[in-house]
Amino acid sequence: MSDMQDYNSSLSDAAVSRKFETFSYLPALTVESTRAQIQYIVDKGWNPSIEHTEPQNAISNYWYMWKLPLFGETDVDVILAELAACHKAHPDNHVRLLGLDNFAQCAGTSMVIYRGTAV
Amino acid sequence: MAKTYNAGVKDYRETYWEPNYSVKETDILACFKITPQDGVPREELAAAVAAESSTGTWTTVWTDLLTDLDYYKGRCYAIEDVPGDDTCFYAFIAYPIDLFEEGSVVNILTSLVGNVFGFKALRALRLEDIRFPLAYVMTCNGPPQGIQQERDILNKYGRPLLGCTIKPKLGLSAKNYGRACYEGLRGGLDFTKDDENVNSQPFMRWRARFDFVQEAIVKAEAETGERKGHYLNVTAPTFDEMMKRAEYAKEIGSPIIMHDYLTGGLSANTGLAQWCQDNGMLLHIHRAMHAVLDRNPHHGIHFRVLTKVLRLSGGDHLHSGTVVGKLEGDREATLGWIDTMRDSFIKEDRSRGLFFDQDWGSMPGVIPVASGGIHVWHMPALVNIFGDDSCLQFGGGTLGHPWGNAAGAAANRVAVEACVEARNSGVELEKEGKDILTKAAAHSPELKIAMETWKEIKFEFDTVDKIDAAHK
Repeated sequence: MSDMQDYNSSLSDAAVSRKFETFSYLPALTVESTRAQIQYIVDKGWNPSIEHTEPQNAISNYWYMWKLPLFGETDVDVILAELAACHKAHPDNHVRLLGLDNFAQCAGTSMVIYRGTAV
Repeated sequence: MAKTYNAGVKDYRETYWEPNYSVKETDILACFKITPQDGVPREELAAAVAAESSTGTWTTVWTDLLTDLDYYKGRCYAIEDVPGDDTCFYAFIAYPIDLFEEGSVVNILTSLVGNVFGFKALRALRLEDIRFPLAYVMTCNGPPQGIQQERDILNKYGRPLLGCTIKPKLGLSAKNYGRACYEGLRGGLDFTKDDENVNSQPFMRWRARFDFVQEAIVKAEAETGERKGHYLNVTAPTFDEMMKRAEYAKEIGSPIIMHDYLTGGLSANTGLAQWCQDNGMLLHIHRAMHAVLDRNPHHGIHFRVLTKVLRLSGGDHLHSGTVVGKLEGDREATLGWIDTMRDSFIKEDRSRGLFFDQDWGSMPGVIPVASGGIHVWHMPALVNIFGDDSCLQFGGGTLGHPWGNAAGAAANRVAVEACVEARNSGVELEKEGKDILTKAAAHSPELKIAMETWKEIKFEFDTVDKIDAAHK
C-alpha cells in the first residue's frame, strides 16, 4: 500500500479538483503548443472565438464572449494577441479559445489557454 | 392488354430477374450474398430471393392479377462474383419504396430477412448491405439528439468522449456499484456504463441502482466542474416496464439512458428513441446478439446493415468494435460502418465493404463506441482510427488500475488529451504513440503505473469475417 498514491478530488480543494474540459488534465499548454493548436483550428477552417469566465462559474454554457468571434482570421499572431488582451483585461479568469465549425453548427474544439485563479 | 390467369408453378426468373431494370432513386436496394445448393442456377436463385423477400410465393395465385404486380415486386437486377470465394455470389435486388411502411425498420427487416432465409434451395444467405433512399430516411425519426447536440448538452469539444463499463458485470449491490461509478467519474471520465445484462436482478434492483448512481454523478460533477453521465440501462421485460424506468431516469436528472436494441427489439427501440427526443434524453445503444447475426461470412446480416437500421430506429451511441481490442473487427470494414454511423453522405467503396452510396440528408449521426479489451496503450491508435466523434470505453482498462478507478480514469483522460494535443500539432499518432504517452506520463503518476501494468497485453487473432477480396 505504501507506494500507492491517493487521488484527491476534494470539494474543498478546488485548485486540484476543478477541471475545465479538453486539455485540463495536462499541464498548461506551452507557447509553442498553443501556436500549434491555433494553427490546427485555422487549418480546419473553423472560426476562432475567445470567451472568459470566473472559474467558479465555469460550468455554465455561456461564458463571457470577448468581442465577437474572429471570423475568417487565419493569422496565428493576431489570435494570440487577442487571447493576451482578454487575459490582461481579466487576469483571474479562465480564457478559452474555441474553433467554431459553422457547418456542424457546433464548436469543433474548445480549450482553456489562460487558467484562472481557483477559488 | 390484360393478362390471363394460368395456374401452376413458374420459374421465379420469369418474373423476378430483370437485368435491364434501371434502378429508381426511391428504390430500396439490397445486396445479398447467396450460397446455392448444388445445381441451382444463379439467376433462378437470385430471382427467388427477390420474390420471397417481396411479393412472391412458390406458385401463381389468381389474386396476383388484381394488382399491378410489376410495380410492387422486388426484382434482382444484377449478379456478381464474390472476390476470392467461388461458393457464393452477390445478388442485387431493388424494392419499390411503396412495399414498406414509413418509418418502420421493423417492416423492412421483416421483408428482407424474413422467410427467405429459410428457403431450401439456399445453402446460406447473407444480407450484406441496404441502400435506404433519402425518401425513406426522411420518414424515420433517427437519433434522439445527434452528435452536435450531445456535445452541446455535455460541453465536450475537440476530443473523444471517455467511458467505462462497471465490472464485475453482475453481483454488486447498488451502493457498491454507485461507488465504482463515482470513483471513475471523479477521476476524469465523462461516462460510466451499465453492462448489457444489468437490468433489475435481485442483487440490485433498478431503482436503487438509479438512485445511487445519480448521487455519484452529482458529486463527481461538483468536484470536477465537468458534466458527467451514466448509461442507465432501461432494457426490461416489457415496453411499459422499460418506459417506467426511462421516466424515472429523467425525473432524477440523468442525462442518458441505455437500451439493447437487438435483444430488446426494434419496435421498443424506435419507441424509446422517440421518447428520448421528446424528453431531451441521450440514448446509448448496446448491441448484444449482433455477433449471432453478423459474424458468419456466409449467413446472416452484416453489421453495416444493423448500423443503418439503428441510425434509422434511433440511438445516439452505438458499439462499433475497436479494431484493436479483444473483440472481432476488420479495420477497413469498421471504418466503413463508423462512417455510416456519423456522416451525412457515404460513397460506395467495396474496399470498405460499402456496396451502395448512402445519403442520410439531415438525419443526425450516431457516435461510435469503442469498447472491449482496450487499455491505455491502445489510445494513440484509437484516437487515430475513431477521431473526435467517438466514445472510447475502457472497462478493465480503468477498473484494473493498481490504485483504483479514479487513478485508472485519470490515466486514460491524460492519455486521450495527450494524444489529441499531439495529433492537433501534426504528430503521427500510431507512429509516435509510445513517445506521446511516455512524455505525458512524466507528469501523471497514474498514467505511468497504467502503462507499466498493461505493457504486454495484446489481442492478435485474425478476424473471422473479412472483407471479400481476391486470393493473393
